[in-house]
Amino acid sequence: MSVFVNDETRLVVQGITGRDGSFHTRQMVEYGTAVVAGVTPGKGGQKFSARRGQDVPIFNTVVQAVQESGANTSVIYVPPAFAAGAIMEAADADIGFIVAITEGIPVQELARAYAYVKDRGSRLLGPNCPGIISPGQGKVGIIPAQIASRGPVGLVSRSGTLTYEAVDQLTRAGIGQTTCIGIGGDPIVGTTFIDCLEAFRDDSDTEAVVMIGEIGGTDEQDAAEWAHEHLSKPVVGFIAGQTAPPGRRMGHAGAIISGSSGTAEDKIRCFRQNGIAVAPRPADITHLIKEALGI
Amino acid sequence: MDIHEYQAKELFREAGIPVPPGEVATTPEEAEQIARTLEGRVVVKAQVHVGGRGKAGGVKLANGPEEARTHASEILGMRIKGLTVEKVLVTTAEDIASEAYVGVLIDRRRQAPVFMVSPEGGIDIEEVAATNPDAILRLRVDPRYGLLPHQAYRMADFLYPNPDLAKQGTRIISRLYRAFTDNACSMAEVNPLIVTADGVVKAIDAKVSIDDSGLGRLPHLEELRDLSAEPASETKARNAGLSFVKLDGDVGCCVNGAGLAMATMDLVKYYGGEPANFLDIGGSSDPDKVVAALEIIASDPDVKTILFNIFGGITRCDDVAKGIVAATDRIQIDPPIVIRLTGTNEAEALNILNDAGFSAYSGMDEVVEKAVQLASEA
Repeated sequence: MSVFVNDETRLVVQGITGRDGSFHTRQMVEYGTAVVAGVTPGKGGQKFSARRGQDVPIFNTVVQAVQESGANTSVIYVPPAFAAGAIMEAADADIGFIVAITEGIPVQELARAYAYVKDRGSRLLGPNCPGIISPGQGKVGIIPAQIASRGPVGLVSRSGTLTYEAVDQLTRAGIGQTTCIGIGGDPIVGTTFIDCLEAFRDDSDTEAVVMIGEIGGTDEQDAAEWAHEHLSKPVVGFIAGQTAPPGRRMGHAGAIISGSSGTAEDKIRCFRQNGIAVAPRPADITHLIKEALGI
Repeated sequence: MDIHEYQAKELFREAGIPVPPGEVATTPEEAEQIARTLEGRVVVKAQVHVGGRGKAGGVKLANGPEEARTHASEILGMRIKGLTVEKVLVTTAEDIASEAYVGVLIDRRRQAPVFMVSPEGGIDIEEVAATNPDAILRLRVDPRYGLLPHQAYRMADFLYPNPDLAKQGTRIISRLYRAFTDNACSMAEVNPLIVTADGVVKAIDAKVSIDDSGLGRLPHLEELRDLSAEPASETKARNAGLSFVKLDGDVGCCVNGAGLAMATMDLVKYYGGEPANFLDIGGSSDPDKVVAALEIIASDPDVKTILFNIFGGITRCDDVAKGIVAATDRIQIDPPIVIRLTGTNEAEALNILNDAGFSAYSGMDEVVEKAVQLASEA
């Protein structure tokens, strides 16, 4: 199996006619994801040509898209000023799984949108994330499909390209993945490490988990403690930002050491205390996963 | 984005929070003039983006305008935790009867704004949290409804047993939340919030961080950025749309993606080198950004080698390659450049680089090891 995205995923793309939205819609269709609708206000009734012989209907609103196409998952490529609104619109239309790729959503707006989504029982992944891929079943977001392969490892990360690096190395070593999830680099994200670990625990095909964190916050520490109590599958960890100076934002809005909290040392220590094998380099993730799987 | 105390106090004043009168000065003469316009004793306070100014000697009480001038001449130009003091705030000194702490920030774990208040003000709140956690009240705000009146009162009541003070406190806490939301803050803090000898509640210090992502909607706040508080290379990088942090090492790093950029810096250290910077060229495929990135890194005199680590996803490797070639055509770059490119359009990129006389690695470890070796030989 896989988590969050599988062969029942029916996707609506919010911002389908934009630069990123149109490019990645074609990539997702190419990969076999069921993209059933697109939304761009003012362009309802038009069609988006995803590939030869495959048009995606465009709607003005997410509600119309859901009614007409039966979409159950949404991906958001709209600009930051409109993205929090787009998230709430998706939740209002009863979309169960909302993936927000957009970077730069004001954090107070996101806090409101998150509370709104949560009350309606939907799940938000991101924002500022690369999305999710379940190899062989579908992808939602921007993760390059060619680096992923099907197999027993669940991977969760706060980063985009560092995720690609790790997935690529696993695939080259012949180790496939059930699902790879980028949870995003913002201070507030809809889906946390714990949420993903819980999903991987309940997924019978996932035999081991890779967790890639970075400086800032305590989500990794919370997840390590949770894993120690609730997860019997082996976990391999990596933390980026050991050389990052305190008080400086390292690209991601959430990648900042505040006071004494959120350092890489803290997270690595907490991983080790909770039985998580820590890779000193990205390349060591593969070695440690091989050990964990006994191959 | 961090702003200075005097700027934060201005935002507080606009929100209706009582703040002692004062103005900012860049010379001792200005400080003296400001002190003349204020009644009684004044405080001269260094304006730098770090805590612990008082301990470092950056906050001084003056009995009159002449003394304010003397203090200002000592404080201006002083280095506090590596930052030079360019400005001082000259403000009325208050008779303090008691000090409290009031702050609101975006709490990552609770995914919402959270207030922290404590009757133990004037000291670091992390210290209070460690030594006397019961002296802190935490309150989560539902960001959809904002701070409710009874919540503001509950916090003020925790701070002040006296009903009149609690009433003043309630108003200040409500207005602090308004300042927090109106200015897209990630943090707004008053430490200390004092009660004066005659029973007035006032904010005599102010610390505010503005959410960088909120600046798009509030462009006037961008003017609060103190460009003298950051290296020129960081200003240049921001204007070019790059995420850049200057560090002390000699291996210049140019990477796509924040996580991979941090992991690359860490790997430089792993192989015995020191990174000269954090730089994320972002997800776009704009060759001009690559040119700007190379210019910024190459202008750092400490840089002995320049390392590219690109994992193409949205970023197309051929665009990065074009940028590298364009930059080296346009400007003189002395340090050797070592390149790793993999992912989208990798083959096209290698052709472009080979034609221009560059070679590229495909593995991250190899290229970092090579960069560290070149830096140590330089």
